[in-house]
Amino acid sequence: MTAIVTVLLGSLIDMSKPGHYIHWGFLQISLSNLIVVCLMVVTFVAAIAIPYKRKARNRS
Amino acid sequence: MSIRDRSVAPTTPILEEDAAMWTAKIRKSLVSTLPPERLIPDRQPSYLSSWIYMFGALTLAALSIIVVTGVLLSLEGPTWWHLSSVGLFVNSLHLWSVELFFFFMVVHLWGKFFMAAWRGNRALTWMTGVITLLASVGAALTGYVSQTNFDSQWIATQAKDGLNSVGVGAFFNVLNFGQMLMWHIILLPLAVIAITVLHVLLVRKHGIVPPIELTEANQGGEA
Amino acid sequence: MSKQRNYNPDRDVSPWRGSYRPYDIAKELTVCFVVVAVLTIGLAITFGSPDDKAITIKQWSSADQVDFATTAISELDGTSGTATYGAPYNHVDGAGQKIGPIALQQWVGVHHPVNPARDFVLGPLSTTPQSPALDSALTRFQGASPSDQAAWEAAYEKAIPHAKVINGKLIVPPGPYGPVQVLMAHLTAMATTGALDTSIVQGSGFYGTDYTKSLLFIGDSGYLANQGADHHLSGDQWGMMNDTGSYPGQPWLWLYTLWYQVPPFTTSWGDNADAIVWALMMLLTLGLLLIPFIPGLRSIPRWTRVYRLIWRDHYRS
Repeated sequence: MTAIVTVLLGSLIDMSKPGHYIHWGFLQISLSNLIVVCLMVVTFVAAIAIPYKRKARNRS
Repeated sequence: MSIRDRSVAPTTPILEEDAAMWTAKIRKSLVSTLPPERLIPDRQPSYLSSWIYMFGALTLAALSIIVVTGVLLSLEGPTWWHLSSVGLFVNSLHLWSVELFFFFMVVHLWGKFFMAAWRGNRALTWMTGVITLLASVGAALTGYVSQTNFDSQWIATQAKDGLNSVGVGAFFNVLNFGQMLMWHIILLPLAVIAITVLHVLLVRKHGIVPPIELTEANQGGEA
Repeated sequence: MSKQRNYNPDRDVSPWRGSYRPYDIAKELTVCFVVVAVLTIGLAITFGSPDDKAITIKQWSSADQVDFATTAISELDGTSGTATYGAPYNHVDGAGQKIGPIALQQWVGVHHPVNPARDFVLGPLSTTPQSPALDSALTRFQGASPSDQAAWEAAYEKAIPHAKVINGKLIVPPGPYGPVQVLMAHLTAMATTGALDTSIVQGSGFYGTDYTKSLLFIGDSGYLANQGADHHLSGDQWGMMNDTGSYPGQPWLWLYTLWYQVPPFTTSWGDNADAIVWALMMLLTLGLLLIPFIPGLRSIPRWTRVYRLIWRDHYRS
């Protein structure tokens, strides 16, 4: 039980190792940042593209 | 009249001769701008039919978790998280709630931009949103320089140059841990929360912006 | 004037007269809170948070004695980054960044006075338990003429790149350093025991929460700069956006740091890059803030037609 709690309070994935960096011309971005930005774009596109269905409407 | 009724103060009638009182004027103004049904609505216009509308609420949710985790960190002081695994976990919660806060806030900004949400006298709503973003970046900076680790040393020694170059560093000294910590846990949270409340009240006051009207000009191929 | 003539679709909208539907705002906020809480907990459990230990002067001086001595002599002779910085730390003629004729850095003046020779070298040395050698070196140095002091410092500074660390001791080639070599040796000893960390932060007090002086001193070192570069945090590595390790950092700072990577900020504007970038970012931020009032910019939503997707249900009905 203590072992489980200790693992949960630490981290499952070791992120302390040096990151990977993507170079494109003068641009440079870390892989983690790129993933975050891509996720943001995907989330935005999904939010406006995925249909939003609600329950029956009241007409007022 | 039952015994329970006596625990609630009676509502006093609004008399014409009291209308000049400051209290009456303030109350009248507040109630007419934000009557209960507008402040806490249970109806929404039928054009609200997209997941993008969730992102304001998601941003608020992330902000509340930032505050809760920040309070937990405050209970034990600024170096607790270096010494305790529970503290480190609470710090992780605080960090990831900040990442989610910015994530949702920027998606919310993109959505509101493409909806031209400033239309119909809603310019102040847009502007308070941008100011919240700026205050949040400031809050994040003061948080980063309050970590009492290598990252805070690095960020402080680098950030000072930008701030000093325009004279700001003389008053806002990122190398002064005591000052930065107090800005981070008191001044900037108050600013972010106050502007956020104003932003939300403006949304409640004006309502969610109606759709851009389709006209012959923008229905076909040409804008 | 009729409403029709004044109507601007990028600025105005007709009030909604259409239908409404039930909407449980309290439930929505609660659901959002739970979702974000679960996401936060999941991310915290999976990735944790970074915590690289702070660098101390003790660590720095022990790991790189040559760099420590190089930095220390530059503080004493007034050639270090801090000594030549200008406002808000000290008065230095001509120092400080400008935007054209606007010299905000200089105009604001000195608010956090730092005298590196006194604060980082002579002051701490005078508080340390005095040995006869240190006592006499301090007296000799402080009683000497400025030209003698400068000569000793210059000789030491010239020799330091040729110094070696043998058996944990810094060995500098012999030279006309006067009392400076003794001062540097004692300062290094103070540093490697940790006494210099405490001395600089506390000054003459007990409590210390202001690390301006310690950070400026460490900031002048090559050691900190190398640590930053190792962690991919340097300015020319787009470091402003990064965090230590593999953690995501601050991608929202992309536009701020972008300018530092391109001419003329890296070339002819280099000396004033920080100030110019700040001014530029303030302008762009003002632009973002005032979009509702800027023709053209506020028309982009209508031109790009993303709204057709957002409100497609409404338009269909």
